Amino acid sequence: MSAIDLYRHDIIIVGGGGAGLRAAIAAAEADPSQSIALVSKVYPMRSHTVSAEGGAAAVARADDTLEMHGYDTVKGSDFLGDQHVIEYFVEEAPKELTLLEHWGLPFSRNEDGTVATRAFGGMTTKRTWYAADKIGFHMLHTLFQTSLKYDNIVRYDEHFVSKLLIANDGSCRGVAAHDIRTGEMKAIIGKAVMLTTGGGGKIFPFTTNGMIKTGDGMALAYREGVPLKDMEFVQYHPTGLPGTGILITEATRGEGGYLTNKDGERFLVERDYGVGSKAELGPRDMISRAIVQEIEAGRGLSGPYGDYVNLDLRHLGEAKIDERLPFVRLLGRTYVGVDPVKDPLPIRPVVHYMMGGVDTDIDCATQLSGLYAAGETACVSLNGANRLGSNSLTECLVFGARGARHMTQYAKSIGQIDDKALVEQAKAEADRIDQLRGRQKGGEKLSEIRRKLNEAMESGCGVYRQQDTMKACLQDVSQLRGRVADLQLTDPSRVFNTEVIAALELANMVDVAEALAASALSRKESRGAHTCKDYPHRDDQNYLYHTMCTFSPSGPVIGKKDVTLGHWEPEERKY
Amino acid sequence: MREVTKTFVLTRFDPDQDEAPRTQEYKVPVREDWKVLDAINFIKDEIDPSVSHRWSCRMAVCGSCGMMVNGEPKLTCKTALSDYGDRVEIEPLANFPIVRDLVVELEGFMDKFKSVKPWIVRAKQKAAEEGTYRQSTEELSAFKQFSMCINCMLCYSACPVVANEPEFIGPAAIALGHRYNMDSRDEGASERNQRFREEGTVFSCSYANECSEVCPKDVDPAAAVNQAKFNAVIDWAKGLVMPKGGS
Repeated sequence: MSAIDLYRHDIIIVGGGGAGLRAAIAAAEADPSQSIALVSKVYPMRSHTVSAEGGAAAVARADDTLEMHGYDTVKGSDFLGDQHVIEYFVEEAPKELTLLEHWGLPFSRNEDGTVATRAFGGMTTKRTWYAADKIGFHMLHTLFQTSLKYDNIVRYDEHFVSKLLIANDGSCRGVAAHDIRTGEMKAIIGKAVMLTTGGGGKIFPFTTNGMIKTGDGMALAYREGVPLKDMEFVQYHPTGLPGTGILITEATRGEGGYLTNKDGERFLVERDYGVGSKAELGPRDMISRAIVQEIEAGRGLSGPYGDYVNLDLRHLGEAKIDERLPFVRLLGRTYVGVDPVKDPLPIRPVVHYMMGGVDTDIDCATQLSGLYAAGETACVSLNGANRLGSNSLTECLVFGARGARHMTQYAKSIGQIDDKALVEQAKAEADRIDQLRGRQKGGEKLSEIRRKLNEAMESGCGVYRQQDTMKACLQDVSQLRGRVADLQLTDPSRVFNTEVIAALELANMVDVAEALAASALSRKESRGAHTCKDYPHRDDQNYLYHTMCTFSPSGPVIGKKDVTLGHWEPEERKY
Repeated sequence: MREVTKTFVLTRFDPDQDEAPRTQEYKVPVREDWKVLDAINFIKDEIDPSVSHRWSCRMAVCGSCGMMVNGEPKLTCKTALSDYGDRVEIEPLANFPIVRDLVVELEGFMDKFKSVKPWIVRAKQKAAEEGTYRQSTEELSAFKQFSMCINCMLCYSACPVVANEPEFIGPAAIALGHRYNMDSRDEGASERNQRFREEGTVFSCSYANECSEVCPKDVDPAAAVNQAKFNAVIDWAKGLVMPKGGS
């Protein structure tokens, strides 16, 4: 067996984006004497939080209330959000964004110097705090830079976690981390582990997500028997650039932009798509469906990357676009050759965010003792069946911090850790990756399998779904599992071997995709982002529950978990 | 969409195998709207999976994919291939040790960056319950530009001082330290100015302005260095008059 090095900390955070960095800071402040490992497969400032554009939601204005933010979120979730979670979230949200302001985030301001807020989809009033159109970039860098001042945060940059380490008593006490630069395996041992690795949008071919979003944390937990919850709910962002899938923020519509079809009609105003007077500021699931329907009715435009509709910002004028949406202007010019000051931007719905994830309670604790999760990786049930734009960055902060405080307390209750079983598992991981690296044998090409996976997910789990195509998708994905085991890998080097990392990521993607497809197939209704043509209506009688998908060697096993209701009664979701 | 074949010359280096970096050529069918990164990804996926490079967001904001393209530091996801002829040379960023192929060592930068205390320094932290600070548009614009740095390292590759003096703290670290000095919420300027007066920092800059010319985010680090230089001197002079370091 391979020799491995052992590293000990009190708590371990896997993932260095918004949730992971906020958790690390909260843990460092909760107990300055504890040692916190922050493990990420990239340098934290590369994390995909960086690409969020529009803003982060929290009640700020005198005409707004926590009750309104709560109700908007519950309704946005199509009544599948847990209401005690939502109530806690809206209450903590202003505090968390205020802290970010104190830490230096360059929020855009009103004339009197207070923080400015803008309109966002599904929100009844302006409660989205913004920094022009680069909130994610500024949030990530503010958190990362602030984290540098805590000496008890020990970073493991460019380390890929390939397995959770499980003690003899069944609890999670560490991670096996592959040092990408040296190829060495490290056993990082601690009393608790938090997963903050983001979502897995890359299982789809057309996504706003960066290359790194391969669902790693979800797969790590899933393989240890932790259920993935509500995985069928995939958010299609209405406005992505054709071809690349690059995100064009909802703030374009928050600032007054129009969606138009080939006849120049504002179809959200002209036809009934359920968004009512909200028009372009309806929630994302409804607007994505409306765009697909316009295109299917032949009212889209066609381009080299398929059919699209227009996002028209011209009436906002150059000054406002440059002040509020400068990044959108740059993205339009650079990636589709369109200056939105002069011409409408071509856009189409694009996979953006996973509402589902690792099942946690309100403390971010999973069913596996010692394992926590927060942010997009997790499903704390804030977002239910459809997330409202600008709630997710705030979610990273609120639950990253709460989870970290809770795990700090939990870690104090844990005594001496028996390393033996943990080290054995890490050694086995080292051997596994050694055998994988440059192994030559195997007949399958990595990029080909990834493409097949992407095709299966797009055909089966798109904006509109059908029982037969979902079934086919699940079969295709399950079949790919075997082919991933037979990959041909050609790079034998131990140093920065991105081929072996891609192979590990692909295996994670297949796990996440299989759970997603199985969950989608099991929900025979239409709710939020899950729209099933065979069952076009919401069915509270039979489906007002969370889908729980658990790994088994013979395929995903589907179970249920109650939704926590509260004073907002489920009602027809109409705007 | 129109396609042309271009030849890409990539730097290859595996410290386990190679004594020195070498080059390898690949012919790639390039679509007319491709960026440089698209071609490198095509090579990785379809021709030679052993090529190592960093990338993620492909929308010019994560800062991972900086490389030398025909001798100039570029963010490869933002650089159109249509601007180049049929032979394109891709090398790792200059002025950094090479880890492997197109991947460079960033640890030196991370240390330099931390040394300027790139965070809000306050004698007393304000509590969340006290609410946000007020900041005027003028106060925001005093530092906003310098906060746009994505740590892509192009400026270090372009900087003639970094080339000669690898210990030079460099444009991005100075810009980000200066960014906090200029933030109305910060009280840490005297600590950072002390750092800036040390050897190998702002006074090592030779005004080449290369950093600002290659910056893909218009941060203008050269302007930050100049302002930081001035402020570090003023701060020092104040220290002479008022021994406690000024107000």
